[in-house]
Amino acid sequence: MFRNQYDTDVTTWSPAGRLFQVEYAMEAVKQGSAAIGLRSKTHVVLACVNKAQSELSSHQRKIFKVDDHIGVAIAGLTADGRVLSRYMRSECINYSFTYESPLPVGRLVVQLADKAQVCTQRSWKRPYGVGLLVAGLDESGAHLYYNCPSGNYFEYQAFAIGSRSQAAKTYLERRFESFNDSSRDELVKDALIAVRETLQGETLKSSICTVAVVGINEDGTNEPFHILDQDAVQKLIDAFEIVKEPATEAPAAAEPEGADGAGASDAAQDPPAPAAADEGAAPMEI
Amino acid sequence: MSRFSPYDNNGGSCVAIAGADYCVIASDTRMSTGYNILTRDHSKIYKLADKCILASSGFQADMKALQKLLAARHLIYQHQHNKQMSCPAMGQLLSNTLYYKRFFPYYTFNVLGGLDNEGKGCVYTYDAVGSYERVGYSAQGSGSVLIMPFLDNQLKSPSPLLLPAQV
Repeated sequence: MFRNQYDTDVTTWSPAGRLFQVEYAMEAVKQGSAAIGLRSKTHVVLACVNKAQSELSSHQRKIFKVDDHIGVAIAGLTADGRVLSRYMRSECINYSFTYESPLPVGRLVVQLADKAQVCTQRSWKRPYGVGLLVAGLDESGAHLYYNCPSGNYFEYQAFAIGSRSQAAKTYLERRFESFNDSSRDELVKDALIAVRETLQGETLKSSICTVAVVGINEDGTNEPFHILDQDAVQKLIDAFEIVKEPATEAPAAAEPEGADGAGASDAAQDPPAPAAADEGAAPMEI
Repeated sequence: MSRFSPYDNNGGSCVAIAGADYCVIASDTRMSTGYNILTRDHSKIYKLADKCILASSGFQADMKALQKLLAARHLIYQHQHNKQMSCPAMGQLLSNTLYYKRFFPYYTFNVLGGLDNEGKGCVYTYDAVGSYERVGYSAQGSGSVLIMPFLDNQLKSPSPLLLPAQV
């Protein structure tokens, strides 16, 4: 990309006031496979594209459970993402231990951002090459944050990162105003459609994407952060894939009518509990 | 002048009995100090994992601290191994945790009950500094000296793997 004399080290400013190493780190995020997050007043959904390196290998893990009320999706250098997830888990455990209550999401993202900033101001370090979409629930509601390698963080209604995320962002920009009042299932559907946008024509299958949800159910009980089971995701994909996504309003409303009867009634009447009940025995199913 | 003591005995007892495919864990709910009752409604039992329950008696502050520590360690284990801890694994962790404070011990007398890796009932009994043993049944706490002889008489079965004889 840029080859110039100010990009050797993260502690060197360019004459234009830029830190090139930090910008290059953000490039690494753009090269990773897509990750998408959306939130409503009560739920946050994370979805990501999970491509395996080859048919012989397993898929790269991109969504991590951090605590019952927080989860994270990463794009970029997954090794850096794994290390940061471990840090986040440890922070949550320590906070719960001391205060006997869950760590507020806003606090966690600040700590994460400060940790990233340190790497932009030490000559013997390099910035983390991973972008994190942090989804969480706390007393002030549902939140979605994006943490960058630069040490900045922003709160979003919906966001997409990684390669071909612009296609997903375009879809999200069209629909985001309705997300706050969306139901959990509509939100998951929108997340899947956004993932499909990044695939540029490739068929959306549950084997190449992962979806995770956290939220508060209508009856006040919590839905802890968990990754949806592959079969459940495939059923949802089937329900809306049958009708091609209409260009304008209410694709979520139009699809169940047009779709196969059994699949649609399944998805439309899916109460929040069954997706969690679908889970196997592993409690930290990641 | 009586010296400050970092410990207090909040009394109470715990029992656990292992069966072929089950385990029963029980405790009383009285919390006292000296001759005074602080509450009649405080459980000494804490669920650490799906198949592992801790019952402790002794100094309530140390009991609580131990429960919190083990619960946090269990969460870390789950993150690292993607599964819940087995009772034998927790048994070893508890022993190590207690011995860690060999020179300022947790004033807790513990009984760990649950199911082992084969689904059979298991009970581990501990002293304050982590010496432990798997047994078929055990009691700890102020009433242990009264309860153990009763269990010995009724259960007549030292082997941990046999179903205790019918009462």
